[in-house]
Amino acid sequence: MGAQLRVYKRRIRSVTATKKITKAMEMISASRIMKAQRAVAASTPYATELTRAVTAVATRSNAKHPLTTEPVGATRAAVLVVTADRGLAGGYSSNAIKAAQELTKRLKGEGKDVDSYIIGRKGVSYYGFRNLPVAGSWVGFSDKPTYQDAKEASAALIDAFVTETSAGGVDELHIVSTEFVSMLTQNPVEARLLPLSLAETEANAEEQGPFPLYDFEPSAEGVLDALLPRYVESRIYNALLQSAASEHAARRRAMKSATDNAGELIKTLTRLANTARQADITQEISEIVGGASALADATAGSD
Amino acid sequence: MAELHVELVAADRKVWSGEATIVLARTKSGDIGIQPNHTPVLGAMDPQPVTIRQADGTTVVAAVHGGFLSFADNKLSILAEVAELADEIDVDRAERALAGAKADSEAVAQRRAEVRLLAATGR
Repeated sequence: MGAQLRVYKRRIRSVTATKKITKAMEMISASRIMKAQRAVAASTPYATELTRAVTAVATRSNAKHPLTTEPVGATRAAVLVVTADRGLAGGYSSNAIKAAQELTKRLKGEGKDVDSYIIGRKGVSYYGFRNLPVAGSWVGFSDKPTYQDAKEASAALIDAFVTETSAGGVDELHIVSTEFVSMLTQNPVEARLLPLSLAETEANAEEQGPFPLYDFEPSAEGVLDALLPRYVESRIYNALLQSAASEHAARRRAMKSATDNAGELIKTLTRLANTARQADITQEISEIVGGASALADATAGSD
Repeated sequence: MAELHVELVAADRKVWSGEATIVLARTKSGDIGIQPNHTPVLGAMDPQPVTIRQADGTTVVAAVHGGFLSFADNKLSILAEVAELADEIDVDRAERALAGAKADSEAVAQRRAEVRLLAATGR
């Protein structure tokens, strides 16, 4: 076998192995998307009911709660960005990070200091590599978040929010995550969690009609006190679940194109290997024929 | 008999939904019983079993660990981070958890285990 042919054969073998791996990853991701989507659907009733309750209290009571009132001249903001723990998911993590960077730039343009909070190893390594300050980070659950994970992150964020600004607290809470639109489309989205944006709550109120006049147990302030942390948790939980679904979808797509590319490469390499083999054979034949005729000439000459 | 619609929702799933004649729960300011056409109410709840009585006389008991209830238009939503129906509760495990929590004097975990046992066994 010719040297050329051997090299081609070896490359085909290695690409075939890669293709098998990417194919497997594609199928794993595909099955996990369904699971992640189910988790999103299962958490939706809680999130909707909670949003409704928060909206009801916020619009129906005149309670002035620090978590709902717009601070005058906010100077510090927190940005939570949700990324993946593992790579091989196309532009999933970098898109989320890019959106977070844009938001950070905009907030800085408004004269606010920004604290960055990160979920997912990819984000942590991005910020670490560039020596950007990180206020807090959580890793290890990006593909299968639980409510407990959301609770941990939101506890730190709410803590920062209720701390006085002068003591290192923040006035605003933003979250950048990836919205799962469909298997093919996932968009990075940003939302302000706190203070509650009134435009959003009013839009909801109009959709659902006027709220009844609730009695509050124990009091409007007491309910709001207990409700808002839960609201933040549930918003973060929902963002985590959506991002997990998006991550799987992005990984599936990336792995599908990797598999397709590997297939293409194998095809091209097979063609080249065939050409090389044919060239080898042709050369061998011409050598034999050349050798035979030279031999024949030699015998004829000796006669 | 008039009935109200109940939705019992945990953070990651819908636990129970159906019609009921009365729902008993404990809010921060005391026990509350909600019957159809109750005035709209929104309350923060203490960890305590919630009892739902249905028109056919059956009762559904659920361990609800904190959370909220909101009632309006004859619809009651009970929201909790963690909620389980009585028959989903593993009594042995709850008892072990209770003993463990008592030994470590962890008030939250102890209360959680107590609520589970209360819901599951009525003790």
